Amino acid sequence: MLDIIVCIKQVLDTAEAELKIDSSGKAIETCGLVFDIGEWDDYALEEAVRIKEKTGGTVTVITVGSEEAERTLRKCLARGADKAIKIVDKRLKGLDGYATAKILHKIIKSMHFDLILTGAQASDDEYAVVGPMLAELLGLPHVTMVKKIELKDRLAIVNRELEGGLEEIVEVKLPAVLTIQTGINEPRYVSLLGVKKAAQKEIKALGLADIGLSENEVGETSSWIKIEKIFVPPAEKEVKTITGSPEEIVTRIIEILKTKGLI
Amino acid sequence: MGEIFVLVEHRQGKIRDVTFEMLTKGNELARKTNANLTAVLLGHSNIKDFPKTLSEYAKKVLVVDDAKLENFNSDAYQKVLESLIGKYKPLLTLIGHTSLGVDLAPTLSVSLKMPLATDCIDLEFENDVLSVTRQMYGGKVNARAILRKSESYIVTIRPGSLKAIKPQSPMNGDVIEIRSPLTEEITYKRVIKYVQPQPSGVDIASAELLIGIGRGIGGAQNIPIFEELAKTLNGLLACSRPIVDKGWLPSDRQVGMSGKTVKPKLYIAFGISGAFQHVLGMKNSELIIAINKDPEAPIFKFADYRVVEDLFKIAPLLKSKIYEQKTQKT
Repeated sequence: MLDIIVCIKQVLDTAEAELKIDSSGKAIETCGLVFDIGEWDDYALEEAVRIKEKTGGTVTVITVGSEEAERTLRKCLARGADKAIKIVDKRLKGLDGYATAKILHKIIKSMHFDLILTGAQASDDEYAVVGPMLAELLGLPHVTMVKKIELKDRLAIVNRELEGGLEEIVEVKLPAVLTIQTGINEPRYVSLLGVKKAAQKEIKALGLADIGLSENEVGETSSWIKIEKIFVPPAEKEVKTITGSPEEIVTRIIEILKTKGLI
Repeated sequence: MGEIFVLVEHRQGKIRDVTFEMLTKGNELARKTNANLTAVLLGHSNIKDFPKTLSEYAKKVLVVDDAKLENFNSDAYQKVLESLIGKYKPLLTLIGHTSLGVDLAPTLSVSLKMPLATDCIDLEFENDVLSVTRQMYGGKVNARAILRKSESYIVTIRPGSLKAIKPQSPMNGDVIEIRSPLTEEITYKRVIKYVQPQPSGVDIASAELLIGIGRGIGGAQNIPIFEELAKTLNGLLACSRPIVDKGWLPSDRQVGMSGKTVKPKLYIAFGISGAFQHVLGMKNSELIIAINKDPEAPIFKFADYRVVEDLFKIAPLLKSKIYEQKTQKT
């Protein structure tokens, strides 16, 4: 029996979208994009649900700072989470990973849990810090970029991804924080039954006062890093664009390959 | 005089490239801020030759040699660095944004209460303010950010994003052995062993022509289209991470940071957006042609030729045209 907490971030799904910078110059245009659970967090949630299905226990999902998190949390519940908590406040804007970790710490420290899972990084700002920072604040061990989890008594034996296909096996005592790398499992689709069940489950909304935090503990002032502007990355190479009909494009590609002696 | 620390990253008896990239940047920053560049080396066996190499790049090399630092354990590293940073009070500590840095820097920054910026591709001090450049949304956008003012900062650097240049004249840095502050083994977290990647029959790293596929191919059912194209070109099929994560191709086909580094004569990227983890593994290919429906896909920044088009209109046609030409010849 394990009680597992999964920390997720709701992000804009930008994997295959064309992005535009908004008029503030500090963020992207959200128009036309949909919110969803972050890609890494998606794998973390799935892993938690699989562990629960094997060993019994509970899965609680927590998210910070997204007003519109209801739908994403509902989806997590439909995928097998038991409870969901959202920490919502208008003042929760411009948070960096450190500010987020502090809020999570405040709420999690009074909860019972055996394991905390979260994505190795957020799909939007890609800081890759919340999991280990939360572990440090809670005084717990952590392992990042986990590709496999095996549980034995009060130990987690995990494969951690290094570079070039190399992995290391790390043994860590529970309770611990593990950050999950993509590809650890195959996240399931939401089932109709899951959606039905999820409708009965509770989503708890907490404000700053509920978790005992004041405004200056959580606003931009509590963050370490502040975005000044965003811009389109410069090209590393001068690229030539091939245009025309598919036939013309293909003919041109073949010409190039011929000139280079590749065919 | 202040200090700038660079944490030396090494594995299996070799100093990793990101170390020299950070030392080069560290040197530039040290000159501008009138600080000393210090390389910090933690480890045990296989590190004997490192101080000599490092002293060419840094004014000082701090060495902590301890059997408890044999394998990287972020908690052991953290304890040693807390002690060294506490003693030398560096203005800045640079760590690689690698599997090592990702495991270490966030907890270190929290315990020392030092502002941290991760995965940076550049950084500079301007009037006492540290500003960094980093990427967001899989490399689609760059962000310039400033760190909250502090006497000391930690920044992790994306591997391959800065140039490594050997100083024209060696810096002849002093090598200083520091007694390890570790008193006992860390028992709550232990590295048991390394697992090498499974050897396989397919070696994309030795192929001269590669067809790379990414998320944009839509589904596993479309893989044969690209497999046939690769075959027609006498090349091999390779891919970016999402394809392996989804189980559409085995991991020996993966190009990038956690897969293989390739340098073929030709790399044609279909539906690969171009996150740096992938780009790092293929940007030195001799010729890169990228096909993507998103005109702003980051992959185009590294390509020689750019095609903004539906890949399913290009791939099958390209295959049949090449096939036609080949059969005509014979």
